[in-house]
Amino acid sequence: MPDKFDVIVVGAGPAGISCAYHLAKSGVNVILIERGEYPGSKNVMGGVLYRKMMDDIIPGFYKEAPLERPIVEQRFMMLDKESALTFGYKGLEWAEEPYNNFTVLRAKFDQWFASKAEAEGALLINETVVLECIVEDGRVIGVRTDRPDGEIYADVVVLADGVNSLLAKQLGFHKEFKPNEVALATMEILKLDKAIIEDRFNLEPNQGCTIEIFGDATKGILGTGFLYTNKDTLSIGVGTLLSGLIKHKIKPYELLEYVKNHPMIKPYIKGSEPQEYLAHLIPEGGYHSMPKIVGNGVIVVGDAAQLVNAIHREGSNMAMTSGILAAETILLAKMTGDYSENMLDHYRMKLMDSFVGKDLKKYKDATHHFDKFPQYFEKYIPLMNQAASQMFTVDGSSKKEKQNKIWKDIGSAGEKMKIARDLVRAWRVMK
Amino acid sequence: MLHVVACIKQVPDTKVAKLNPKTNTIDRASAPAILNPYDTHAVEEAVRLKKRYGGTVTVLTMGPPPAVKAIRRCVEIGADEGYMISDRAFAGADTLATSYALTKALHKISQIRPIDLIICGKMTIDGDTGQVGPGIARRLDIPPLTSVNKVVEIDKEGGSAVVHRKLEDGYEVVKSTLPCLLTVEKEINEVPYSPMPNLIKAARYQPTIWAVSDLEDVDRTQLGLKGSPTIVGSVWAPPKPQGGEILQGPVNSQVDQLMDILLQKKELFAVKGGAS
Repeated sequence: MPDKFDVIVVGAGPAGISCAYHLAKSGVNVILIERGEYPGSKNVMGGVLYRKMMDDIIPGFYKEAPLERPIVEQRFMMLDKESALTFGYKGLEWAEEPYNNFTVLRAKFDQWFASKAEAEGALLINETVVLECIVEDGRVIGVRTDRPDGEIYADVVVLADGVNSLLAKQLGFHKEFKPNEVALATMEILKLDKAIIEDRFNLEPNQGCTIEIFGDATKGILGTGFLYTNKDTLSIGVGTLLSGLIKHKIKPYELLEYVKNHPMIKPYIKGSEPQEYLAHLIPEGGYHSMPKIVGNGVIVVGDAAQLVNAIHREGSNMAMTSGILAAETILLAKMTGDYSENMLDHYRMKLMDSFVGKDLKKYKDATHHFDKFPQYFEKYIPLMNQAASQMFTVDGSSKKEKQNKIWKDIGSAGEKMKIARDLVRAWRVMK
Repeated sequence: MLHVVACIKQVPDTKVAKLNPKTNTIDRASAPAILNPYDTHAVEEAVRLKKRYGGTVTVLTMGPPPAVKAIRRCVEIGADEGYMISDRAFAGADTLATSYALTKALHKISQIRPIDLIICGKMTIDGDTGQVGPGIARRLDIPPLTSVNKVVEIDKEGGSAVVHRKLEDGYEVVKSTLPCLLTVEKEINEVPYSPMPNLIKAARYQPTIWAVSDLEDVDRTQLGLKGSPTIVGSVWAPPKPQGGEILQGPVNSQVDQLMDILLQKKELFAVKGGAS
């Protein structure tokens, strides 16, 4: 007789682990299936973990979790070929408990988080691929894995199988994503001495800094680059929409090499040694690309549900919240013994009512807008750099003259109108 | 019904482990802990014998608490029960002290269920000594059969086992009395992808853990660092191969270049032991 569980969670990333953790803690018999050698072995993100959502799940987690550095400074770089316009915020209130955000290495963090779920009683099975959901009379009743005697059954199956969720696709919840709905991020982890990192980024020990890079980091293609400080490594990466890579015929690793060799970036990583190379897809279609996320006996969470806010580089926090909301819904369903789509739809309503749904809605057109109008990245960032260069170069001309020159350099009256229009448009999609 | 005990060890994965440049010892934090690959085959062979003759497979290990993970891996392969001896007093044991402690645990296991056969991996990948298996056999006064690459037959009624022992240029067929101890080569079997029910059982499995005080008749001076006469004079990493050359050009010219280089290396063609 195959094993029967209350809940099967497919995928041990932030969404899946959060869900399994919450369920196990509430006494639910839950099994968590991970295809990698261990949780985190196949999971990739730039490396910012948001404290709030994690703290809601395990209060005070930062006291014991394997974190890299609390982030005390966030910098933003508008990059041109040989210049950068940088602004940022550094605040020491972020250097104290309970902190704001942290840099993390997922291979370590996810393993730890999963071990907490295990300690609550969740059963973690690694190195096992779920091939398909077992569907009977229109409801999901279990999953088939690639293991011999690999069928297991449950009242509810939670799909946390990540971007490109093949399982949700098999159920007909979504179609193949289009190249402008997914970004490809490539990154490297670079080994660098602790003291050098702290020196170079102006940090005390146990303080971290993140730099988000726009503009020339992606050669003007819609996307961003990033450079984060870990304990004794740096995470550097670049992510762009697949459609952009295809259009500009650039290979993702070429883009990463370009960023690493950019004169504004190179000094930061000088003398470091590549330790790991990682690449992953990010679902960036946002609100318009959200698949069906609830069915009879099945709930979709995290990246699999396209829960990413590309503008604010948030994803793991949304994944965690979705995992918890799924768990809460399942607990409700368990009380009534009803696992129908109608009942589980509670999850969808809760999700759309939370910051996850609200933020996705707020930015529903943002990525598409910047994808459609490449001038923001291709043109305006260089323009800002030129303006700053003009303004801050001391050459004997008066500031008034400089302003006039900048104004003239922007172009004809028509050109100025166009920029004004673009600014209004950008404001509309971001507001 | 056969009772087979496999003795196993959790080791750092030396494929990825780095050496501490100062002490030249394995930096254990640099590598994940895995079930010693040879032991994987030992457990698999025990499970195969159980399928063939019926019976029970027990695994035994000595190690710190996290080594429970290695026992769980054995349950995935198909072991029925797992025992672990874990105590500060065992720390720092060499092969002599390790075989002593394991033997004491084997005595206790045999009181629960008499043991017909003990299987160990040929050696561990961290120590590479291959001494613990034969050490246990000597202490139990049973025949050790090392480098086994095939188990032909186990005849519990007749009290005998027939196995193939790997030699440099072939194998020998050996018949032994039971109980006996085998140390196995990797080629003895292939470990299949474990079935789902085993994985679920393993994830839930809690082995029996014994401290020194749970074992009987133990001479504490023979345990751990105190019971280990081995002295490590010095440790060094083998030098990395230097030089090398990447040949360029079309394949034919690369072959010619390679032949030239090889023919110049006279030492390759010297006859061993011959007069020069």
